[in-house]
Amino acid sequence: MDRLNTQQLAMLPIEFKLNGKTVVGRPDEPIIETARQNGISIPHLCYSRTLRPDGNCRACMVEIKGERVLAPSCCRFPSQGMEVTTDSPRALASQKMVLELLMSDMPETQYTLNNKVDVWAKKLNVGKPRFEARKQPKPDISHPGIAVNLDACIQCTRCVRACREEQVNDVIGYASRGEHSKIVFDFDDPMGESTCVACGECVQACPTGALMPARQAGLEVVDKKVDSVCPFCGVGCQLTYHVQKSTNVIKFVTGRDGPANHGRLCVKGRYGFDYAHHPQRLTRPLIRKSDVKKEAGFVVDPANWKEAFREASWEEALDFAAAGLKKIRDKDRFALAGFGSAKGSNEEAYLFQKLVRTGFGTNNVDHCTRLCHASSVAALLEGVGSGAVSNQVSDVMNAEVVLIIGANPTVNHPVAATWMKNAAKNGTKLIIADPRRTELSRHAAYTLQFNADTDVAMLNAIIHTIIDEDLVDKKFIADRTSGFDALKENAKNYSPEKMAPICGIPAQTLREVARLFATSKGSMILWGMGISQHVHGTDNARCLIALCLMTGQVGRPGCGLHPLRGQNNVQGASDSGLIPMMFPDYQRVDNPEANERFEKLWGTTLEKKPGLTVVEVIRAADAGQVRGMYVMGENPAMSDPDVEHARAAMAKLEHLVVQDIFLTETCYLADVVLPATAWPEKDGTVTNTDRMVQLGRKAIEPPGEAKPDLWLIVEIAKRLGLDWSYEKPKQVFDEMRQGMNSIAGITWERLERDSCVVYPCENEGDPGQPVVFTEVFPTATGRAKFVPADLIPADERPDAEYPVVLITGRQLEHWHTGAMTRRAGVLDAIEPEPVASMHPLDIAALGAKPGDIITVESRRGKISLYARTDEGTPRGAVFIPFAFYEAAANMLTNPKLDPFGKIPEFKYCAVRVTRGGEAPGDPGYGKGRALAELAE
Amino acid sequence: MNDRIAQGDKAGKDKLARQKRARRQLKGRQVDPKALEEVKALLGGVPRRADLLIEHLHRIQDRYGHLSAAHLAALAREMNLALAEVYEVATFYHHFDVVKEGESPPPALTVRVCDSLSCELAGADELLEKLPKILGKDVRVLHAPCVGRCESAPCAVVGQNPVLNATLSTVKDAVERKQVKCAETKYLDFAAYKKGGGYKLIADCLAGKRTREEMTKIMEDSALRGLGGAGFPTGRKWKIVAAEPSPRLMAVNIDEGEPGTFKDRYYLERDPHRFLEGMLVAAWCSGVGEIYIYLRDEYAGCRSILEKELLKLKREAPCALPPIHLRRGAGAYICGEESAMIESIEGKRGMPRLRPPYVAQVGLFGRPTLEHNMETVYWVREIVEKGGAWFASQGRNGRKGLRSFSVSGRVKKPGVHLAPAGITIKELVKEHCGGMLDGHELYGYLPGGASGGILPASMGDIPLDFDTLQPYGCFIGSAAIVVLSNSDKASGAARNLMKFFKEESCGQCTPCRVGTSKALALMNAGPWNQPLLKELSQAMMDASICGLGQAAPNPALSVMKFFPHEVG
Repeated sequence: MDRLNTQQLAMLPIEFKLNGKTVVGRPDEPIIETARQNGISIPHLCYSRTLRPDGNCRACMVEIKGERVLAPSCCRFPSQGMEVTTDSPRALASQKMVLELLMSDMPETQYTLNNKVDVWAKKLNVGKPRFEARKQPKPDISHPGIAVNLDACIQCTRCVRACREEQVNDVIGYASRGEHSKIVFDFDDPMGESTCVACGECVQACPTGALMPARQAGLEVVDKKVDSVCPFCGVGCQLTYHVQKSTNVIKFVTGRDGPANHGRLCVKGRYGFDYAHHPQRLTRPLIRKSDVKKEAGFVVDPANWKEAFREASWEEALDFAAAGLKKIRDKDRFALAGFGSAKGSNEEAYLFQKLVRTGFGTNNVDHCTRLCHASSVAALLEGVGSGAVSNQVSDVMNAEVVLIIGANPTVNHPVAATWMKNAAKNGTKLIIADPRRTELSRHAAYTLQFNADTDVAMLNAIIHTIIDEDLVDKKFIADRTSGFDALKENAKNYSPEKMAPICGIPAQTLREVARLFATSKGSMILWGMGISQHVHGTDNARCLIALCLMTGQVGRPGCGLHPLRGQNNVQGASDSGLIPMMFPDYQRVDNPEANERFEKLWGTTLEKKPGLTVVEVIRAADAGQVRGMYVMGENPAMSDPDVEHARAAMAKLEHLVVQDIFLTETCYLADVVLPATAWPEKDGTVTNTDRMVQLGRKAIEPPGEAKPDLWLIVEIAKRLGLDWSYEKPKQVFDEMRQGMNSIAGITWERLERDSCVVYPCENEGDPGQPVVFTEVFPTATGRAKFVPADLIPADERPDAEYPVVLITGRQLEHWHTGAMTRRAGVLDAIEPEPVASMHPLDIAALGAKPGDIITVESRRGKISLYARTDEGTPRGAVFIPFAFYEAAANMLTNPKLDPFGKIPEFKYCAVRVTRGGEAPGDPGYGKGRALAELAE
Repeated sequence: MNDRIAQGDKAGKDKLARQKRARRQLKGRQVDPKALEEVKALLGGVPRRADLLIEHLHRIQDRYGHLSAAHLAALAREMNLALAEVYEVATFYHHFDVVKEGESPPPALTVRVCDSLSCELAGADELLEKLPKILGKDVRVLHAPCVGRCESAPCAVVGQNPVLNATLSTVKDAVERKQVKCAETKYLDFAAYKKGGGYKLIADCLAGKRTREEMTKIMEDSALRGLGGAGFPTGRKWKIVAAEPSPRLMAVNIDEGEPGTFKDRYYLERDPHRFLEGMLVAAWCSGVGEIYIYLRDEYAGCRSILEKELLKLKREAPCALPPIHLRRGAGAYICGEESAMIESIEGKRGMPRLRPPYVAQVGLFGRPTLEHNMETVYWVREIVEKGGAWFASQGRNGRKGLRSFSVSGRVKKPGVHLAPAGITIKELVKEHCGGMLDGHELYGYLPGGASGGILPASMGDIPLDFDTLQPYGCFIGSAAIVVLSNSDKASGAARNLMKFFKEESCGQCTPCRVGTSKALALMNAGPWNQPLLKELSQAMMDASICGLGQAAPNPALSVMKFFPHEVG
């Protein structure tokens, strides 16, 4: 009782004296903050409001009456009646001496225009330092993105805390001792040779310029700041562009305190923006020369497109683009299809699908969601009635147990991964399940490196255990679900003992994990494409949903289901209706009510037959059934499975219109190419993995005659006979709200003010719901449904001829097909070439050494690339990222589809690996030269 | 211009190297499978918990004579730690030799010559200068901060064998004969201690024959204060910790590193169980559930005694025992600072914590912690047996209790002298130390090791105890008395001490990390720039995080105050 009272007391505001004046502080607020609010500035260097206060620089010392020594105001909290003086001679003497000591060791050269030591020294009138300088360390410019000049280091450890406690990348340490104390990377290695992932958090934290963006970016004049959101992954980090107006260039980027990132960024968000300035940007419309044939292997050097294309005026290009589509439509509207993009804005996605549905007259519209989470969405819609996440990523901080399966967030969702690592440091138990051992495993309570393709076996064994040991949430099952008996019956066949030899995880471990998950106060599941990209992807997701429902781990903070979205706007593009069977907000096109709703909204009749999905469109093109396509910002010539075949199919198209910012591999097969704008060149909203609708703002002007995508869609629409007059994203968004209940309450003005609103937000003023399914599920019955799953093997298992399993995926630095990131200087410098990760023993078994060229061949194609040693890759498997044109992983992949989600099996096919092969060719970009190209 | 071309070349080379590295491997240093096997074999079945990092580093250093980058990377993997987390700890402590790829490991044998004040007075400089040549390149000669053998100065430690009153020939001899282990002293072992009534007190306590309140009261009556240097009243500490929520922990500080101090070793080498029983009683009185003993690495002899005797104690436990862990320091004076020691026990760099919160509230592993100097609990049994009043009545010149003075320097009988608190230096030298060495006259003295300042002979009548020396800018600390004579210079002593502080600063806070270095530079440069040194000293005293930085200027300030003629 006493203690409780003390705690309550401890929350009350505290009156204390500050420089003789009575002020009100808080028991959990350091004195320096209360002082700041009262207009008193105290010098500080190691203190940053975004980091744990450490109190090591001692610049913020204040005098507290009755205390023997001075106190650091960044680490001291007020107590009732305390008398604090910040400007007494004694306090000032210490503050100034600390600054003088640090100044005496500062270099002559500056690395930033805002060196905090100088700033405070000037404010406090500290003169020329009277001490001899230390012996200065050498600069370290080994990293392409970050310059390390420790002669400007004041050992404040802000970078250590940023690296270790915020991002939890644990690269930076504070080594040696005394005057030799030193900021180090790993074992005092050059930064460029260390495990540094270049998230740049340290640069953002450094107060003196000792860590700065490379190539003196810290000394550049920046005269415009624009708040926006990152265009890369689905995490949706808010950021600020720092723009030099005179050159129209983004000089650097800093993290912004958005709800998904709180100032954090990853290497792409921090250093990946110069693609917008790359000399290969498309600046004028291009029309294919009539004598240039289209075929699968056709290649254009993006720097020398004149061989295949000629420049055209906008008028000519748009007329040509639209006329080709119109001609086909007027003969057979089902022969047209459109691929939108999850990289564009919601408004663009919405308009694009509206164009296809009302202008083409078909539902043949899809985008890359088909290639990433289509199966997850299928299972989620079937099981819980909604394809979006139930809980936000940051909710891992409230969870006791987090199961991360088939995902590699440190690489693919780096900032989301920081929350998971923060949670783990805070005591949350992580269960990492993946055939590949990845960086996150270091923080895990359990790492389940199960055999590839055995997800259902492993998950069913866990489900079996939970039933077997009676750890189910009976009340939740009874009150909120249906179909549990079928699950229970099915699970009987999957005891951990029986499944252990199949999935490769000991039965005992499976049981422990099952108990941990079922009995925790909050267990959350996050998954990625390791779950979805299988022929049994929907079944995999069904198991996860069952696991979550049977234990009642949904509907509260700190639990729930979260399929980690890949693209920055894959959630939004799907929500906006870039799906062949659904109108915006997942309203089925074959549902008469929905059809009627949109016929009314759009003032036209609409097709009720669901359209073709991505891979089906390509097959139809191959069969001559689809003859014309409009592709906005997608690159199916790289991203589709069995891509050689896909390219051949696209080459058969009568008319292909591609709208993009670079001459992508898909453009090679285009009849007309429309130069569009990059993300920093336009306004629009995107929706992240957490259902946060966020506003992207224009920071720079597009190059040459490049036009906003929105304008382009409207111009094509007009030429297809639609009476459209949209000029701004806001007009589109307002129309979307009429057709989409989930965002009906979100106003453009609110987005401009807050930059972010979470949906569901059905009425204006609703706060938005970070956690859903709290009372009911959005299904017809309000109940969630269990759907049992059985073992279905991968379509193509390894055999004597093709004995190795190919797993495809991504790298931290490269986004999707590499069109942007391989033209971003720092990203290209870090990962310049195609590599295949293999277990060191497997490389040795080939008679090869790490770094040697190897050839990987499947029944569909053959590529050669460099062998990279990675102990995390399981024996008998090879992992290849699909961003490299010169060794395109999708030449090898199997186009076999999951029957429900229509997603291809990117995560599993059989290949043969041999030593040697031709050196990977030159795609005309990347290969480590982007830095030089951008400098030109 | 040339610079820019050179930089361009370098950038080009870097790019190529980077490209090749990226082909071959993931980012950063990869784990070498052979090193991983070696580390796994070495650690065997011991837990991989992060707090055991320093213990594991010792295992590798002991086995291989150094810490190779390959072993460190393997250890990081094995313990699920980041590379930097391992490296920053390994490079913090003097006794670890990190050897990166391409560097050559140190010779198999290291001789550490103590060059702290008492040993310097006794001729350590000559040893340091001449030994390298005499011993050749197969032996590494390093200077070392105080090794706690000041009564036998100078001391050179061959491997782990302290050669007392070392000369060039005795050190050479020890090296040649490969005498590298610390000889064990004769001490009262478990059986003998028990025979003499040992462990009855703690058994009585646990059997309910004594109450915690009663025991704590005895401590309060005795006026026993913390003998590590801070002098916090012992009984009060027990009460404070007992009032904190459980689980509570205890940490015993035997990182006796204050130059001139060797009393803890003295008692450990003679009567280890008296300490252990006192420790158990203190733990019981404060409701402590688990005990960590932190012993400095320099005391290899004490370590083997404690290891052996703890084993006996656990095997033939006279009563229910809490878990007792013996942890090994790794060469860092700062780990004698209570919160730095706690960090070190947690397997981290020994960097002091900011207070508040105090370790009694938030200490080891974030738990309320009873932190005691070894000697403090060593007295518990005797005080209980003889009564609080007995101990309190032992003082002189109005002071209470007994002090174990570690006396070294220019006296006839250096050593640990148990004397009344409040005794003066003149009395101490005369009554306990057999007077000054022949031909030497008292010139000045250090009343409290390196940190306690320096007083002139003219101030030789001040009672030596807690609180009595503050008016003179000095303190008694761990009662390490170094006696200077007319053949010594106070300013020289102050330089020796500032160099020590500079080398032992943990490097965390600016006033200490940069301040000690700048202060030493000022003290090495002809006549001292006294105004600047004083200004700097004030900031160090006011703004440093812990006692090291706060007390580091004391000797210099003493010299400017009491020996101005030396530095004018």
